[in-house]
Amino acid sequence: MARAVSSRRKWTFTLIAWFLAFLIFFPILWTILTSFKTEGDAAAIPPRFLFFDWTFENYGVVQERSNYFKFAMNSVILALGSTFFALLIAIPSAWSMAFAPGKRTKDLLMWMLSTKMMPPVGALIPLYLIFRDFGLLDTRGGLIAVLMMLNLPIIIWMLYTYFKEIPSEILEAARMDGASVWKELVYVLTPMAIPGIASTILLNVILAWNEAFWTLALTTKDAAPLPQFIASYSSPEGLFWAKLSAASTMAIAPILVLGWFAQKQLVRGLTFGAVK
Amino acid sequence: MKQLFTGAFGAMMFAALATTALAETKLTIATVNNGDMIRMQGLTDDFTSKNPDIKLEWVTLEENVLREKVTTDIATKGGQFDVLTIGTYEVPIWGKKGWLVPLTMVDDPADLLPAMSGGLSVDGKLMASPFYGESSMVMYRTDLVEATGMKMPDAPTWKDIKEIAAKITNKDKEIYGVCLRGKAGWGENMAFLTATSNSFGARWFDENWKPQFDSQEWKDTLNFYLELMKESGPPGASNNGFNENLALFNAGKCGMWIDATVAASFVTGKDSTVADKVGFALAPDNGLGKRGNWLWAWSLAIPAGSQKEEAAQKFVGWATSKAYTELVAAKEGWANVPPGTRTSLYNNPEYQKVAFAKMTLDSINAADPTKPTVKPVPYVGVQFVAIPEFAGLATTVGQIFSAALAGEKTADEALAEAQDVATREMTKAGYIK
Amino acid sequence: MATQQSRALGRIAVAPSVIALFLWMIVPLAMTIWFSFLRYNLLDPNYACSLLTPGQLFDEANRCFAGTSNYYYFLTDPAFFKAMTNSLLIVGSVLLISIVGGTLFALLLDQAIVGRNIVRLMVIAPFFVMPTVAALVWQNMLMDPIIGFISWITKSLGMGAIDWFTHYPKTAVVIIVAWQWFPFATLILLTALQSFDEEQKEAAQMDGTPPLSFFWYMILPHLARPITVVVLIETIFLLNVFAEIYVTGTGGRAGNLPYLVYQYGLLSNDIGGASAGGIVAVVLANIVAFFLMRMIGKNLEG
Repeated sequence: MARAVSSRRKWTFTLIAWFLAFLIFFPILWTILTSFKTEGDAAAIPPRFLFFDWTFENYGVVQERSNYFKFAMNSVILALGSTFFALLIAIPSAWSMAFAPGKRTKDLLMWMLSTKMMPPVGALIPLYLIFRDFGLLDTRGGLIAVLMMLNLPIIIWMLYTYFKEIPSEILEAARMDGASVWKELVYVLTPMAIPGIASTILLNVILAWNEAFWTLALTTKDAAPLPQFIASYSSPEGLFWAKLSAASTMAIAPILVLGWFAQKQLVRGLTFGAVK
Repeated sequence: MKQLFTGAFGAMMFAALATTALAETKLTIATVNNGDMIRMQGLTDDFTSKNPDIKLEWVTLEENVLREKVTTDIATKGGQFDVLTIGTYEVPIWGKKGWLVPLTMVDDPADLLPAMSGGLSVDGKLMASPFYGESSMVMYRTDLVEATGMKMPDAPTWKDIKEIAAKITNKDKEIYGVCLRGKAGWGENMAFLTATSNSFGARWFDENWKPQFDSQEWKDTLNFYLELMKESGPPGASNNGFNENLALFNAGKCGMWIDATVAASFVTGKDSTVADKVGFALAPDNGLGKRGNWLWAWSLAIPAGSQKEEAAQKFVGWATSKAYTELVAAKEGWANVPPGTRTSLYNNPEYQKVAFAKMTLDSINAADPTKPTVKPVPYVGVQFVAIPEFAGLATTVGQIFSAALAGEKTADEALAEAQDVATREMTKAGYIK
Repeated sequence: MATQQSRALGRIAVAPSVIALFLWMIVPLAMTIWFSFLRYNLLDPNYACSLLTPGQLFDEANRCFAGTSNYYYFLTDPAFFKAMTNSLLIVGSVLLISIVGGTLFALLLDQAIVGRNIVRLMVIAPFFVMPTVAALVWQNMLMDPIIGFISWITKSLGMGAIDWFTHYPKTAVVIIVAWQWFPFATLILLTALQSFDEEQKEAAQMDGTPPLSFFWYMILPHLARPITVVVLIETIFLLNVFAEIYVTGTGGRAGNLPYLVYQYGLLSNDIGGASAGGIVAVVLANIVAFFLMRMIGKNLEG
């Protein structure tokens, strides 16, 4: 009897969850489906779900018009590069804030977060002038620096919260054994912090991949990542839904696949010290 | 501050430039993602085979993104582009500033349509070469108009348009008499409304730069537009721009569409479900001697200070030449050649066979950027005012009018608000002392 | 000894990030403040207004200095108040949707349901989508009144097409933004829920504690900290929502402060005015952040 009830309960929840999840996922699913339609089918009312002439034509057209792989490669380099360099300076600073906190550590963290509050467009001309004068316009290096600075506060904060969860007894034990600060960092802390670092990397790759304002403003061709690729498909003349869908699918697919494969990792790590 | 940086890094940058100059010349071309431009990218083999030392790199962007990028770059002298695709709005302003190089290798400049070369010249020098030009006209469904028992004149009045639209409209069947731009933007609804207001005798500013939205002429314009759209327009019109209307028209949902002449090749093209039922007429007038059509040209220009000016001149010459037109005609047919720039094209018997050729030419010739409306004005431009403040101001006004179309404001409220905004902006910018 | 050494080392370790962030903040900020007092139109730059030529800079005839007029025009612009309320509206509604929706969804996903991994995959997917792409997809393929999918559904149900961007531009923007950010909240809250003590849960079930009061007295307090984190992070990003407004062309009625600054800077080419707007936006954002900290900061302690 009890089993029957709980099984009914289980199926009800399952049904509700699947229904809602499908609703939430639908815009993405619809985009992917539309990318395989002809332009005529894409604009058809009533909409065609699965029974249409499946075609890869749109992907061909998009690839011919703009070299996808060049943009995608830049996206990969910018996302990984900016995350790497941000970690390089974020790990020591988060470590020290977590284990040798001063009176002002909390304020320092809040100040760091507040640097993200300037509307980017307000700083566009100053930054453009600086980039021009240092020859950084349309260079990957320049953009890596910008993306790194954009995400650095979040990275530091995330790492700080992980490091703080590492029990200090372990550290004391290590110190008793006479471990140097360096050894403490490399052999004790880092291994324990690896899950946290991994999900920090993931979150920041996602954020850097999707950043569209600065990447559009400061690149033209050599360093241009996927947001620029998309910008050449939004509302051209003529019917464009299918081509736009193909371009959109191409732009989000890599990060979607990565996110899905790594979602366990992301879920485990995305706590910001919120879970005790 | 700028010079400080430049001084310190000038030497470094010079060294970098010197090394690249020795290699083959790479031209970075900023362009808009319109069909004609994308077609050109597919045909550049013709140019590169003749100029093996020049390599072309394209930066293709949506119109607004392109304009913002190109403007930022040229105004800060960023030097990211060697060839720019810009419109008739930018050319007079930038040309006057000395930001553009006069063009020297344009093929037979005397052949360019006078309305075009006039709008693209500063002090008699051609600053940009038109790639394709457009005006606006009425495109209508011959079958739907016929079914109403009425006839579309070649040069209709606004009254004709309103009557025919009302008869065509059948909201139950989702057929709307007329589709017009409503999406807020200086190049969207304000292009249409400013051009329309000219035919009602309205103007943006009087000779002393005083905004004129409190005039009876603007009141007539806006009231007419709102009534027409309420009676015969599609739902969601306040978010419709060129593309949305094109999609609607191609799907057979509009009886008439008043928009850019370049749309003619799309509505008669392969993506259209109504390709064989489209007729063309001049933009409407109100008996005041001015028609409600605009004038625009996407043109190629070279920024001053480009290190690759010679190659850029060659490219601009090629892309806007008669030979390029023939190349497109040979590969894609006459209906697909970039229209609206050259007299010779319209004298070509092959091109005259294209259904919309004559109407496009007549529309372009009917527009005069230096004398856009009935009363005198202190500015140049038919559907825009060629001052740096215009894009922002007209976008704000466009938002107000778009809200009026959405039914959030009355025409009077919208005009009063527009007048306020315009007066503020012109005072701030120093036009009104 | 060891503490002193590690404290010094700590300072050195913090230094690079603090210096980098300080430069990143102060240089553009200083330039923006400087520009905000100048008459600086991008298409009409006055080359006399340069620090290298102080003589000309201070020459009245060159009209370099705008004084506080850029601030005056920005603050008295009728669009400013509207933009400010829109900013707050977007942040507030999206936060509300994220937290309520995220909590409910996290509770649902915490149940024993069939295919939980796949469901979770589908739910978090929107977080990976570029804002530009999200806006384009929603605008063109879902919310379009004629060929959009939603209007097809409402029409099939006999309700007629909903014309989102005409009649409900703010709602439309909030929906698009919430779609992208609510998965983030779900993710964090789900992680927190899963760390909830199973034994406590079972004990409550044994005792016959009503689910509602169990949720109210046990689960909600447990979620207080993760909710704080969600509020903090999302607020930072939501204050600068831009792509969704820009792409959907709803700037006229749903435009927030960043959009207004954009309109000043890149549409009117008024860099002086845009800089003043940028400074105003930073000040306001920091005020919001300050109160936010005061209100929820205690949840972050310990």
